[in-house]
Amino acid sequence: MRKILSVFCMCLTLGACSQLGVQPWERGILAQEDMQLVSDPLEARLDDHIYFSKEASSGGASFGGGGCGCN
Amino acid sequence: MQLKQPKGKINNLLAVAACSLLNQTGSAQEVPGWYIDSAVLGYSEKDRVDAIEPVVSATRVFEDGRKLNLTFVADSLTGASPNGATISNAPQTFTRPSGLGIYTTEAGDLPLDDTFKDSRTALSAQYDFPLNRLTRLSTGLSYSDEYDYTSVGFNATLARDFNLKNTTLSVGFAFANDTMDPEGGIPVPLASTALPWNQQRQGDEEDKTVLDFLVGVTQVINRQTLMQFNYSYSQQDGYLTEPFKLLSLVDGTTGETSGYVYDSRPDTREKHSLYWKTKYSRDNGDIIDVSYRYLWDDWDIASHTIDGRYRWNVSDKFYVEPHIRYYNQQEAGFFAHSLVAGQALPIDASADYRLGAFNGVTIGSKFGYRLNDRSEINVRVEAYEQQGDTVGNPIGVQNNYDMFPDLEATIIQIGYSYRF
Repeated sequence: MRKILSVFCMCLTLGACSQLGVQPWERGILAQEDMQLVSDPLEARLDDHIYFSKEASSGGASFGGGGCGCN
Repeated sequence: MQLKQPKGKINNLLAVAACSLLNQTGSAQEVPGWYIDSAVLGYSEKDRVDAIEPVVSATRVFEDGRKLNLTFVADSLTGASPNGATISNAPQTFTRPSGLGIYTTEAGDLPLDDTFKDSRTALSAQYDFPLNRLTRLSTGLSYSDEYDYTSVGFNATLARDFNLKNTTLSVGFAFANDTMDPEGGIPVPLASTALPWNQQRQGDEEDKTVLDFLVGVTQVINRQTLMQFNYSYSQQDGYLTEPFKLLSLVDGTTGETSGYVYDSRPDTREKHSLYWKTKYSRDNGDIIDVSYRYLWDDWDIASHTIDGRYRWNVSDKFYVEPHIRYYNQQEAGFFAHSLVAGQALPIDASADYRLGAFNGVTIGSKFGYRLNDRSEINVRVEAYEQQGDTVGNPIGVQNNYDMFPDLEATIIQIGYSYRF
């Protein structure tokens, strides 16, 4: 619970901080395809499948993968 | 002819610039049109599993900001998978999971079930649309089918922009219902493989549900930096046992194997994870991508995952992206390499190496080449290795063997994308 509260507080801090961010006309770099949070969705999807099959952890960046009886 | 290329580039730049004014992250994939992404993954483990996985994804971005994605995946797996039994100083003979036939593992070798063969097809659809100027809803359906396993799922995520679209708050959930009907039926958890076949089996089919929640914040830090924080919660209920896995029963003094029982896991699992990611564009245009995930659950598993990529834009057309990933996992509370014969059986026990204690390291690189303004081809080559720890004290002859033999795999992916 303490971890969850920490993240929540971090989020609130981020949201409230007006120093962060850019003006709409300053997004040139952020708009590039290779600057997207997931720049290659297929690679991310394939990796999720590999690591879901070989490790006991999944998800985090998005929903947790799965949908297979990988053994 | 020479005039066409600059014109295309200017159009692209204008489109990206327009998107960057309209959207929070303003990706190139916000420009209306069709986007086709395809890839073939080859995954090969040394002496174990081989997999080929082609995937095709089509995305249609509409003028009004709606977006529809359809993805098709097919994979084919062959090879051998550890059955959970420990290495022994004598040959070991196992009945195949179907009950038909046997296979034998030589003394000193890791028992592998070499009849592992499966193929899977999966379809998913995701529809993303604006509810108003600042809010988007993304909904999706997924279906996956293989010989003995079927999964049906749906998801929904609401995203709201704040602070001049510099902050995005996302809240979502996903639900999946999985059904498995392994050939030979469902084993009775912790039943001895020496029992008559009908006493080892408890039916033909089992299912489980998976419910995921995710809350995330994406924050633009400055013109070159983007950050993401997520908290996820996952609740699994139902049959979470691995029907093809065994545990060895060994003598408490000599460590010699005297029999086998089936894997048994709790019928619920609660998982939590914290995730942080940062993307930073250097002044020279190269991009650093770093993420960390901490995951923990009520099976006593805890893991750390650190992932780093460096996109080196060698030229306008060519890039190289080295990648390193480090994974560390603490074992499940009920994980055991083997059980001692004659002692009372625990409520749950599993020798599945994936629930053990290990480190996983992935190292490799991706190479991408833009053929023109509309298409790109890329190749990824990576090596993945798991090195495990021995949990508890080995007994007798077990001291002579590696209780967690390394897993070594090669990952090769070839991708091609095209925009109409």
